[in-house]
Amino acid sequence: MPANGLTRALQGLGRRVTDRIWRLGFAARFLMATVMYSGTALRRFNLTIREIYFTGVLSLIIILVSGLFVGMVLGLQGYDTLQRYGSSEALGILVALSLVRELGPVVAALLFASRAGSAITAEIGLMKATEQLSAMEMMAVDPIARVVAPRFWAGVISMPLLAMLFSAMGIFGGYLVGVQLIGVDEGSFWSQMQASVDFREDIMNGVIKSFVFGAIISWIAVFEGYDCEPTAEGVSGATTRTVVTSSLAILAADFILTALMFRGA
Amino acid sequence: MNRATLDLWVGFFVAIGLAALLFLALKVGNLASSNVGETYQLQAEFDNIGGLKIRAPVKSAGVVVGRVADIRFDPESYKAAVSMKIDARYKFPRDTILTINTSGILGEQYVGFEVGGDTEMLKNGDTVKKTQSAVVLEKLISQFMFNKAQDESK
Repeated sequence: MPANGLTRALQGLGRRVTDRIWRLGFAARFLMATVMYSGTALRRFNLTIREIYFTGVLSLIIILVSGLFVGMVLGLQGYDTLQRYGSSEALGILVALSLVRELGPVVAALLFASRAGSAITAEIGLMKATEQLSAMEMMAVDPIARVVAPRFWAGVISMPLLAMLFSAMGIFGGYLVGVQLIGVDEGSFWSQMQASVDFREDIMNGVIKSFVFGAIISWIAVFEGYDCEPTAEGVSGATTRTVVTSSLAILAADFILTALMFRGA
Repeated sequence: MNRATLDLWVGFFVAIGLAALLFLALKVGNLASSNVGETYQLQAEFDNIGGLKIRAPVKSAGVVVGRVADIRFDPESYKAAVSMKIDARYKFPRDTILTINTSGILGEQYVGFEVGGDTEMLKNGDTVKKTQSAVVLEKLISQFMFNKAQDESK
């Protein structure tokens, strides 16, 4: 019967919507708990240092190499467009501004989400599946303070550093292609860049963006891990959800932050 | 992996991250050159500022001597009130003419100081009287077309 089918479809839709809202509320409560219990993570800082090693240091290679290549491609493409207008000296501005404002924070965050965020989710999810988290609770160790908070703060600390490294490598890559390979004048490459990149407006806004992205990725990653179904499929589904959700969240947050920071000026 | 190696790697990571920020601040950004120290403020009113923006350079003889600090519309004189921060090392005569110029055809606009011959110098908070507006391309073209049409009708 069509009426029956329609009712079921509406029921399904309603259930899915309330489910999403319920999960969002749980995620927000979980973030609150993580921040409240992060005293241990900051007092016993070696827990966090261990996680910075796994999220930050092990992401170095992919960030540095991607940054270099993104910068080199920007150098080639930017030169190709700019020389049509006879302003190839502005290559430094183009490379530096696009990296520092947008590409550095955003691409580094996307890479970080797939490199480190997925690993965090899989690790916490597997801990849950093998009942390590319940075992901790039995021993009166709060898993949020002991497992979740150090990973969250490690992500928040690592992300801006990785984004800065990405931008610096990218500018170096743009310099290699633009100045060394194509032969744009080195003096005007750097001086035009310095004249139009503002420390507070451009660089610090990029740092703020990457802080926000780091918090978003870590939040989604630890939440998906903590909330996943304790089965093999549950863990794999949660890992996929981490990458998809945090990538979308990064791009949406980037739009909002850009609209707030660079409106008009 | 033991703790010392872990700490070493994390320390290395944080160090190169901060080095990257330093590189961005000093070599890419303007942190090294923006702190010129003492500045003094000058005001000027322009009929039309064209595409002048806040933070645009103020140049004299092609050398940057300050920055545009603020641009407002004056509702009484119907002019654009521009205030500039000038490096305190440089003093300019009172009859200096301010013009709005463009560097290159598509370049950014800046305020140019055409230095006059007065012996009295501009002080903090002074308003420069003689200004010359930005050249608006549409006006130039319409003027040219108008003149052309007049020539042909003769």
